[in-house]
Amino acid sequence: MSGHDHHDPGFIRKYVFSVDHKVIGIQYTVTSLLFLFLGFALMMIMRAQLAYPKADFSFLENIFGEAGFVGGTMLPEFYNQLGAMHGTIMVFLGVVPLAVGGFGNYVMPLQIGAPDMAFPKLNMASYWVYFTGGVVMICSFFVEGGAAQYGWTSYPPLANTQPHLIGQTMWLVGMVFLITSSLLGSVNFIVTIVQLRVKGLTFFRLPFFVWAQFITSFLLLLAFPPLEAAGVLQLMDRVAGTSFFMPDGLIISGSPAVNAGGGNPLLWQHLFWFLAHPEVYVLILPAMGIVGEIVANNTRKPLWGYRSLVYSVIFLGFMSFIVWAHHMFMTGMGQSMSIFFQTTTMIISIPSVIILTALILSLWGGSIRFNTPMLFALSFLPMFAIGGLTGLPLGLAASDIQLHDTYYVIGHFHFVVAPGTLMALFAGVYFWYPKVTGRMMNSALGKLHWIGTLVFLNGVFIPMFVQGMAGVSRRLYDQTHYEHGQAVQEWTIASSWSAWLLGIAQIPFILNFFMSFFAGKKVDQNPWKATTLEWAAPSPPPHGNFATEPEVYRGPYEYSVPGASDDYSPQFVK
Amino acid sequence: MEESIYGWWLPIDISVNGHKVDLLIDMLHWFMVVIFVGWAIFFTYCLVRFRAREGHKASYETIKAKPSKYAEIFVVIFEVVLLFGLSIPTFGASRTDFPAEGDDRVEIHVVAEQFQWNVHYPGADGKFGSTSPKLVDSENLVGLDHSDPAAADDFVTAGIMHIPVDTPVVIRLTSKDVIHSFFIPIMRVKQDAIPGMAIPMQFEATRVGEYSKAIACAQLCGNNHFTMSGDLFVDTQEDYDAWLAEMASGGDEEEEEEEE
Repeated sequence: MSGHDHHDPGFIRKYVFSVDHKVIGIQYTVTSLLFLFLGFALMMIMRAQLAYPKADFSFLENIFGEAGFVGGTMLPEFYNQLGAMHGTIMVFLGVVPLAVGGFGNYVMPLQIGAPDMAFPKLNMASYWVYFTGGVVMICSFFVEGGAAQYGWTSYPPLANTQPHLIGQTMWLVGMVFLITSSLLGSVNFIVTIVQLRVKGLTFFRLPFFVWAQFITSFLLLLAFPPLEAAGVLQLMDRVAGTSFFMPDGLIISGSPAVNAGGGNPLLWQHLFWFLAHPEVYVLILPAMGIVGEIVANNTRKPLWGYRSLVYSVIFLGFMSFIVWAHHMFMTGMGQSMSIFFQTTTMIISIPSVIILTALILSLWGGSIRFNTPMLFALSFLPMFAIGGLTGLPLGLAASDIQLHDTYYVIGHFHFVVAPGTLMALFAGVYFWYPKVTGRMMNSALGKLHWIGTLVFLNGVFIPMFVQGMAGVSRRLYDQTHYEHGQAVQEWTIASSWSAWLLGIAQIPFILNFFMSFFAGKKVDQNPWKATTLEWAAPSPPPHGNFATEPEVYRGPYEYSVPGASDDYSPQFVK
Repeated sequence: MEESIYGWWLPIDISVNGHKVDLLIDMLHWFMVVIFVGWAIFFTYCLVRFRAREGHKASYETIKAKPSKYAEIFVVIFEVVLLFGLSIPTFGASRTDFPAEGDDRVEIHVVAEQFQWNVHYPGADGKFGSTSPKLVDSENLVGLDHSDPAAADDFVTAGIMHIPVDTPVVIRLTSKDVIHSFFIPIMRVKQDAIPGMAIPMQFEATRVGEYSKAIACAQLCGNNHFTMSGDLFVDTQEDYDAWLAEMASGGDEEEEEEEE
C-alpha cells in the first residue's frame, strides 16, 4: 500500500499511471463519459436513418466517407455497425465503467474510511486494460469493412459469416480486454469492502451504495468468465478454423460454409446471456445505491427499511444468475424450461418492487430539498418503475411471443438503463463533484440540464413501446418496408427529434462540468450536510484520504435524530 | 382496409389462439397503469407535503407502511395468477398441443435464408421429399433430393405462403445460414429459425385475406434483414386447393421467376 509515502511521485506516476483510487476513479469517470457521448453520437446518426429512411445524408457522407454511404444514402452495413457499437459502447465502455469504475473507485473506499483500495496496482491495471479494450473498439471503426455489425449480442452464425471482416474479430479481442478489466476490478472491490472497513463500520452500518457495489462486484466476478470463454471460442471460430457455434450443413450465400460442423448456435446465446442478465443488474444496482444516498441526504431522514433494501439487493444478486434464458423463449425452448425461467423472472421482480417501494416510502415524513442531485435521483424512481414494469410482458413467455425482439424490448431496457441508470449517474456526478473538486456545480445550469434530459429521454423511449406493440422488429434499417412500420413512422420521427434535442440538452452539463472546475463556488468538506464517511475527508481528499483515520459510531443515515443539535449525525462524529 | 390492420397498438388478430396473448398483454398493461398511478400519486403527494420549508422538520421515525405490504402482496398474487393461469398454459399450448398427424391439418416446411423465407409444400402425396444441404443451389432452394419419389410433387415458393383458413397449420422451421425469426404480428406467432434445428410451430387463421409483407423477420440476420418479409395468403379451402393444383402443374417455376 502506498498510503504513507511522502515523496513526490512525478506527473506521470501521479496523474497517468497512478495507483491512487481517486485518480483512477476520475480517469474512469472521464473516459466513460467520453464513451457515453460517443455511443450517444452513434445513436443520433442512426436516428437520422430511422426517421428519414434512405434520405440524402450528404452532410454525413462528407464526415464519414464513402465506406458508409453511397450517393448520400446510408448503407445498411453502416447502420448495423452503428447499432452494434452503440450497444457495446454504452454497456461495456460507458455505463458500467462509470457506475463501477468511476463512482465505485472514487467513492467506495472513502465511504468505508479506507486510505485506498486493497490492491492499488491491480486497480491501475484494471483501468489500463479497460482503456486498451476501448482503444481496440474505437480502432475497429477504421479497418477495412468497418466495426462489428452483428448487434451487441453478436449471435453466431451471423457473426461468423464474414470471417474476412476484422471488425468483429477486433470486437472479440476488445471484449476480452474489457472482461479482464472487470474481473481485476471486482476482486479488488470485494477484498477492499471485506478487509478495509474502519473501526466501527460493521456490514449493517455500510452505506447502501457500498452494499450495491459489493453485490455488483460478485456479479461481475461470477458472470463475466462465461462470456470471456465464449468470446475466445468465437474468436477461434473466426481465426483458427474451429466450429463451436456452427452446425453441419451451413450454406452461406449459396455456398457451404468453410469449417462449419458440430457446433451449436444456441451455446453462444446461453453463455452470452448468462453474463448479460446479471449485467443488467450491474447496470442498475450502483444506480440504486447512488439514489439511496441522495434520497437519504435530501429528505433529511433515514432510508425506509435499510435492512430490507440490503436483503433485497443480495437476493437480486443471487436470482440474477438463474433468469438468463428468458432472453431465449423464442429459440424453441420446451415447456418445462420455460416454466422455470418464467417463474424465476417473476420472483426477481419482487425485490425490485421492494427496493423501489422503500425508496419512495423514504420520502414520507422528510424535509425534501430539491437540489440538482435530488431532482435527478427523484426522476430515477418513476423512470425505473416504467422500465421495470414493462419487463413483465417480456418475462412471461406467452406475451413475449408477440413482443420479443420488437421495439418494445428496446423501450423496456432503455427505460431501465437510460432514464433509469443514467439519471442516477448524473445525480451522482452533481452530488460528489464538490467532494472531487472542492467546488459546487452550477445549480441553474444543472436544473436546465435536468429538465431537458428528463423530457427528451421520455420523448425518445416512449414511442418505442408503441412501435413494439405494432410489431416493428428491432434492428431494422428501414421499418417502412413493412406496413406495420409505416403505421407508426410518426412515432419514430418523434423519437429521433427527441434524441437530437436530448443532445442539445447535454450542452449545459458539459459547460457546467468544465466551468465549475474553475469557477464553481468553493465549499468545505461537507456541503450537503451528509452523514457518510466520504464527507469526513477534505475536498478534494489528499493522497491517503483522511488526515486521521476516522472511526464509525452509528449507522449511515442518522438524519433528524431526536435530541441532536443538528439535523444530521455523521457516522464519524462521536 | 389496410389502415384497419395496423395501428398504434396491437394489430388485428386473425388467429384462433392469439386472443390469449392479447388478453395477457392487456391485463399486464392495466396492472402497470394501476401500480404506476398508485406510486405516482403517493410520490407526488410526498414531494408536495414534505417539501423543505420554514418551520418544517423531517421526522426520524419511518412510517409503518401497511399499505406497501398490501401492495406487495397484491403484486405477488397478480403475478402468480398471470403466470400459472395464463402465460404457462398459453405458451405451453403453443409448444405442445399440436394437432395429431392425419387430422385435418396442413404441414409446411419453412427454410429461412438471407434474406427470404422459402416455403416447402409436400404436394398432393402429403409427403415431404428428403432434403440435403449438399443439393442446395439457386434452382433448388431447399436442397430437395429429386431421386426421392416423395419429392416428385413437392414444390417450393419464395417469400409467399398460402394457407387455408380455419385449418391448423403446422410449420417445421429451420434455417440454411444464420438465425432468423419467423414473426407474423397479426397471427401472434414468433419462432426463431435456427440452423441445425428443425423447430415445430403452429397457428390457425380465422380470416381470409391477402396480407402483404405480413411475415417479418424479427432477428438481425444481416444487411438486408429489413427486407426479409413474406406475403401471407389466407385462402378459403377451395382457393387453397386450386392454388395447390396450379402449383403442382408446374406453376412452381413461374412463381419463382416472379420472385426473381
